[in-house]
This record gives sequence, C-alpha cells and structure tokens, in this order.
Amino acid sequence: MEKKMEEYAIIDNYLCIRMPREVDHHGAAGIRECADRLILDDKVKNIVFDFTDTTFMDSSGLGIIIGRYRKISCFGGKVYAINVSERIGRILRASGMSSIVEILA
Amino acid sequence: MKICLERKRQRSKCTAAKGLGLYMEKECAKTNAAQTAANEICMEFDAISENEGLARVVIAAFLSRIDPTVDEIEDVKTAVSEAVTNAVIHGYGERGGRVVMRARLSAERELSVEISDRGVGIADVEQAMQPLFTTGAANERSGMGFSFMEAFMDRLEVESSIGEGTCVHMWKSFAGRQDETAPILQAAVWNRSGRA
Repeated sequence: MEKKMEEYAIIDNYLCIRMPREVDHHGAAGIRECADRLILDDKVKNIVFDFTDTTFMDSSGLGIIIGRYRKISCFGGKVYAINVSERIGRILRASGMSSIVEILA
Repeated sequence: MKICLERKRQRSKCTAAKGLGLYMEKECAKTNAAQTAANEICMEFDAISENEGLARVVIAAFLSRIDPTVDEIEDVKTAVSEAVTNAVIHGYGERGGRVVMRARLSAERELSVEISDRGVGIADVEQAMQPLFTTGAANERSGMGFSFMEAFMDRLEVESSIGEGTCVHMWKSFAGRQDETAPILQAAVWNRSGRA
C-alpha cells in the first residue's frame, strides 16, 4: 500500500488528494490509510479530492469520500471534488453525494 | 488463476479455394455487420482485490467487437466491478476463494454476465439489495453496490444460499440507446453527518 507522497499535498488547511486512474476497492484501503494519517498529523480542516486522472470509479469511491467526510465534518470541515469528468460527476450526483460534497468540474 | 475461453462462431459457408477462404469469410462478416455471431467466455480467478481490475478489462475487451459507446463500456465495467468486489469482500470475507465470471453475447447484441462465488451466501437478498444497506460499514462500504449494478445494467438477478455462495446475473442490451441510469440511484441523500 505504498503511496507516492506527491499524490497528497497540504495547502493551508486543505488536504488535496490526487485520486488514481481507477478508484476501486483494490486501492481504497491505501488511500484511506494515507489520508487519515495526514488528517491526524496535520491541522487539516477541509479535503479536496482531485479527480484529474480518474477515468473509473465504483461505489468504493463513495465509501472513501463519505468516510473522510465523517472525519472532518464534525470540526466544520468541507469536502470538495474537483476536476470531475462528466461520468464521475454523474455518479456522484446520482448517488446523492452532492449533499455532502461540493462538486466542481 | 485459470482462464478458459469457449467460443461459438457461425462459420460462414464459403467453400472457395483455400487461399480465398479467409478473404471470403471477411467479406461475409462485412455484409453481416448488423448481426454479430454469438460468443461466450468463462473465466475463473482468485478472489483477491487485484482481480477486480482484471475482470473489468476482460469484460471491456469482450464487448469491444460489438462497438459499444464509451458510456456503455463504463456502465458494464462498473457493474462487473461491483459484483466482483462483493464476492471478494462479502462472499469470501477477503480470505480468498474462487470467482467465476461468465459472459455471453447473443446475436441480438444482448450481453449476459454471471458472477458467482462459493462463499458464505446472503441471508436476505432483498435486504442486501436495498440502497445503502451494508454489513461492511466498518470498512466504509457505501452500501451502493447492488444499486449501481441495477442502475447501470438492464436487468439484475441475484441468487444466493447460505453456505453455498452467491450468483449475480446481469443483462444489458446494446441494440438501442437507453439513458435511465440516474433515477434508481437517486434514493440516497446523505445528511450532514454523512449518513443516509
């Protein structure tokens, strides 16, 4: 589960996570672990999921987002999904995620 | 991992000289472009998360010859990914086992995919298929797996018995364009604490 650290960046109090090409159950545990370590270590308030490289996402991706949202929302943090392709955007909106995530194409 | 390929193909009856044989077959295929020959594959693989991606690649390659749209391919890949993930996580509890994927394309351009495991089985299939129902909350499963399969495919059938395993059977027709993925998924609305 070794993840390159350049996929994670902390800018101000935003944790930016560059999502992989395919977001599925196989890679979910690694992303979760890395993200949670950074959320604990640093003073992260908001989380930005960057979907620039992502061409595929299944329901495991929703799990990652919901899980991180739960961790930071109690401290007033927000979750963003940026550079979302048409398909990923449709999946996020259709499954009701737009109520907890700000989706930006 | 074992991959076995079964292939049924209607050989065009071109009884030309050997050298011409291939050429004639190609010509026949061209004129019959609208009607594709039926084809079936069966693949058995270890129930490890790595193979979820493999199953997706295989189903996409299998579909490619009927020239589907990018969206159609992604729909099928997503549904297959959900079914295989279910087998790996829930069927075998991530302790390994074997998953069988059987895909069939009919001459009428209808895809049928069957994904089966010999895992623990599902006690209440109807409950399991409810949007947001999950037994894997600790592992941050969203409970949307079956909803995704339902939304992205035309038809879904789940057969399961405790201790014997689960078989997920899905169909999708590539004859005409339908665009009704959204309504089924719209059941979910997460509130501020991230719960439905």
